[in-house]
Amino acid sequence: MRQDHLITATQLSRADIEAVLDRAAEIDADPAGMADRYPGTVLGLCFFEPSTRTKMSFETAIKRLGGATTDMGTVESSSVKKGESLADTVRVVEGYADALVLRHPSEGAAKMAAEFVDVPVINAGDGAGHHPSQTLLDLYTIRDNVGLDDLSIGIMGDLKYGRTVHSLADALTNFDVRQHFISPESLQLPRSVRFDLHNAGAQLREHTELEDVLPELDVLYVTRIQRERFPDETEYEKVAGEYRIDAETLEAADDDLAVMHPLPRVDEIDPDVDSLPQATYFEQSHNGVPVRMALLDSLLSEVDQ
Amino acid sequence: MTDHELHVSKIRDGTVIDHVTGGQALNVLSILGIDGSEGLSVSVGMNVPSDRLGKKDVVKVEDRELSQSEVDVISLIAPEATINIIRDYDVAEKNRVDRPESVVGLLSCPNRNCITDGTNEPVETKFAVVDEGVRCAYCGTIIRDSLADHIHPSQ
Repeated sequence: MRQDHLITATQLSRADIEAVLDRAAEIDADPAGMADRYPGTVLGLCFFEPSTRTKMSFETAIKRLGGATTDMGTVESSSVKKGESLADTVRVVEGYADALVLRHPSEGAAKMAAEFVDVPVINAGDGAGHHPSQTLLDLYTIRDNVGLDDLSIGIMGDLKYGRTVHSLADALTNFDVRQHFISPESLQLPRSVRFDLHNAGAQLREHTELEDVLPELDVLYVTRIQRERFPDETEYEKVAGEYRIDAETLEAADDDLAVMHPLPRVDEIDPDVDSLPQATYFEQSHNGVPVRMALLDSLLSEVDQ
Repeated sequence: MTDHELHVSKIRDGTVIDHVTGGQALNVLSILGIDGSEGLSVSVGMNVPSDRLGKKDVVKVEDRELSQSEVDVISLIAPEATINIIRDYDVAEKNRVDRPESVVGLLSCPNRNCITDGTNEPVETKFAVVDEGVRCAYCGTIIRDSLADHIHPSQ
């Protein structure tokens, strides 16, 4: 990847993506083989919002590459609480780390942070914007299960505010993929994402009902519809209930369907799906480590040069 | 002067913005941050006949020359505009506006959750000019219409 930072998936070409996924596959086959790759390298973790999977998998990834982390901690325990700007925070942490992983509640935060530092910045989620490292592990999981070409994918749930959705949709335009977006009308894709998909020549269709498209899908990517997006509890319950899946829902689906979810789930995938062969979301989550090892290797090796 | 025409007198020093898209003169004044309170002598003609545009607006501002960023934004709402810099009653410079590739600092992002909005970050807003309008370089939000509504309050 000839990139200094990873801010959005739109910056990734098919070749960039395949290079990271190929590297991740090599790492997955022999995780111990990378143990001495980056001794003494420190990854700065700046998480202004809570995270379990992303943060832990980046921590594990750098440790398995022989490196270490330095962690800003929670916003409550940091200088951010005293009113420090993000630009100042990243310029300080840059002095302690060889690369930064940033999660922030504001859209555009990672892009701005990257302008203030010389070390690579990885966007680990900026508000309702983008989450491109999640996309790389999503693509790895899709490729591993059903391949990445001649594919029908259904992306369901909160498409308006879902940053994993935006990055995945952007990245899929590099492949021969029919994208079906399934959501209530109030949570359809935002204009900025449509603009990028349109410019990339994406094949996309929009639906309000999963059953319209479920039988033809190779992948169903489910995301959480958040309560705070609705004016009242009744409306939320009504809408969210229409976008939950269980074992019965999947009777209409292909046996080889891969059901994915960036996690955490609340109740949009019933636990009775977990034991079905279509359930792919825990495998997807586990792929976070080898894919992030490959991503860090890619960005840090550019720094070496 | 006939009974049917009202002519605005020439200005000594300042700027005449001619061939403004009909109806956009007040937005041009917004872009320039002129609301009358600053005491500048300002003349506005709206929807006056124009050979080239059918109808055009004209804005004359005394004792004020425009910055490049102001001209850039004017070009987005009035692509046919001409900027005449007047010095001692003569046209010292006459320029057509060019559609810029980006607009820095003049517009605020309408996305309340954008990193540039209301935060203490040391960055200027930046918008790329795209076919549909302008697009925030940070959060990606696209402004299609009513560009003048998003002029930065500090300007």
